[in-house]
Amino acid sequence: MNAPNASGWRPALGEAGEAGAATASGDRGLHFEEPLIFELAEPGARMGVDLDAPSGDVMPSLARFRRQAIPALPGLTEPETVRHYTRLSRQNYAIDLGPFPLGSCTMKHNPRLNEKMARLPGFADIHPLQPQGTVQGALDAINQLATWLITLTGMHGVAMTPKAGAHGELCGLLCIKAAIAARGESRDVILVPESAHGTNPATAAFAGFRVESIPATADGRVDLGALRARLGPNVAGVMITNPNTCGLFERDMKAISDAVHAAGGYVYCDGANFNAVVGKVRPGDLGVDAMHINLHKTFSTPHGGGGPGSGPVVLSEALSPFGPLPFTVRTADGTIRLIEEEDAAGEHPQGFGRMAAFHGQMGMYTRALTYILSHGADGLRQVAEDAVLNANYVLRSLDDVLHAPFGAAGPCMHEALFSDDDLPDGMTTLDIAKGLIDEGFHPMTVYFPLVVHGAMLIEPTETESKAGLDRLICSLRSLAGRARAGDATLKSAPHFAPRRRLDETLAARKPRLTWQGEALPPQPPSLSEIGGS
Amino acid sequence: MSRYFTKDHEWIDVSGETGTVGITDYAQSQLGDITFVELPESGASFGAGDTASVVDSVKAASDIYMPVGGTVTAINEALADAPELVNAAAEGDGWLFKVTLADAAELAALMDETAYKAYVAEL
Repeated sequence: MNAPNASGWRPALGEAGEAGAATASGDRGLHFEEPLIFELAEPGARMGVDLDAPSGDVMPSLARFRRQAIPALPGLTEPETVRHYTRLSRQNYAIDLGPFPLGSCTMKHNPRLNEKMARLPGFADIHPLQPQGTVQGALDAINQLATWLITLTGMHGVAMTPKAGAHGELCGLLCIKAAIAARGESRDVILVPESAHGTNPATAAFAGFRVESIPATADGRVDLGALRARLGPNVAGVMITNPNTCGLFERDMKAISDAVHAAGGYVYCDGANFNAVVGKVRPGDLGVDAMHINLHKTFSTPHGGGGPGSGPVVLSEALSPFGPLPFTVRTADGTIRLIEEEDAAGEHPQGFGRMAAFHGQMGMYTRALTYILSHGADGLRQVAEDAVLNANYVLRSLDDVLHAPFGAAGPCMHEALFSDDDLPDGMTTLDIAKGLIDEGFHPMTVYFPLVVHGAMLIEPTETESKAGLDRLICSLRSLAGRARAGDATLKSAPHFAPRRRLDETLAARKPRLTWQGEALPPQPPSLSEIGGS
Repeated sequence: MSRYFTKDHEWIDVSGETGTVGITDYAQSQLGDITFVELPESGASFGAGDTASVVDSVKAASDIYMPVGGTVTAINEALADAPELVNAAAEGDGWLFKVTLADAAELAALMDETAYKAYVAEL
């Protein structure tokens, strides 16, 4: 065990030297200074789970996969291990503790009804390899969700299997690639506007396309003229985030789609921000050919470390034949079938392949379907309205103290964008973000989108109450006031967090991503010492 | 030797057929602390405007575009261990790579120091 407080934790509840400020443990009350798990372990100790020695000689069948040395894992008992991770979790910030205003992330409340439904044994305790006849209820839930997604987006089909937004982007681009190959063409360029999500160019490159950037106009939208000028026989498609990362609706979307289609390309829409328009706008009406929907954003399934993502991709009639296997269909007798490779030749001959081993994230499907059914069509429309209302409330409550680059252009969509342009020299977006930690909030998204200098992107979501938003606004107004007054203490914020301002530059330049101490146990015994031949 | 600038905040020092490329002091001040510089391979050829390098900072990863077409002849090896050189001396020891120019006439499209200063002043 290391000396107490070896890592230099600064007590949050009093200054060093203050009466009662020092403790032998290094902890302060219930504020824990938690060592690394390697520091907790007794050197050389091996604990955990006792396994019986295998019966018979298993060594021949292990062959070269037999471990040559004991792995250098820390030896802790089960309660020690549980306490370690529970203590760490208490230092974390979560949507269940307070607002999480990360722009572009849609950190909304995860309704407990979703959790109750996801835990029903018929959804939670089944296995992907069970005969389809024994999991009809689960397949029906997938099929119902698929139908909702197709209906809400006005599209022709949906690929349910992608496991997250970027995985969905890849799925959409692979559909586009397959469609172009089926036409006997070789288009290799994907156009990505500056206002698109950062994952878009990475996805296009990963799918084997060349990426070309399209500039944004002064009011934060795609430059239609520049896009038109760039279209041609080598352009496979365009990836547009709508609403975009400036929190603005791409009002030229239909004109963009028409131009891209006329040039023989396809339109991929990044639907990460669909929560701003669900029930209001059908992307199919805007000429979109493929769009992923982040179930973990628009439809309230947990994310940000709280659970796996899920990114179904809705597809136009032109792209649906190329979607991945497997997918559900309702047969004439009312049962649901999962179309797999053995059926593909007859029923889905042009599909590009698979995105996942099985049918996708069942737990996320159940939660998303619960959210949809508990809101209903009118409730989903109100989700979009309230998300936009909340964002505009934040925008207009702060635009007199923080510069809002597109504030004069009218209302925003689901997120409010500010910059540090108006702050005095030396005061930056980072200082406001760190100050927000002292105020007891998770910071907003900073320095993104890149098209705005010192961007601060705030997405309140529809699940924050007015009173909750007022508390966040009050803190942000106070921080903006301190920055404008040149308050030097803001430069050293956070003051009340377990760690003061970290050296992010050093962490990025010289990252130490693994345990740097001695391997534990110090001298691993050979396997023969602990049994086994 | 003459120095030219791009609207994307690269500079190129030209001496005969050879050019030395870096990012401007204004660019490094906007990017913040540079954490990593991904340099091209020696011998790689690029056209004017092609992405030849990537500079990572605490704020963003930024593409570095070729001011003019050419073939890379040398890279600044010191940046592998000390990317902070770009912050300390963007227009000196923090140079990125050297190129053999494909067509010196392309330099005409670039700005001189006076024009670049005026350009930055308006940003």
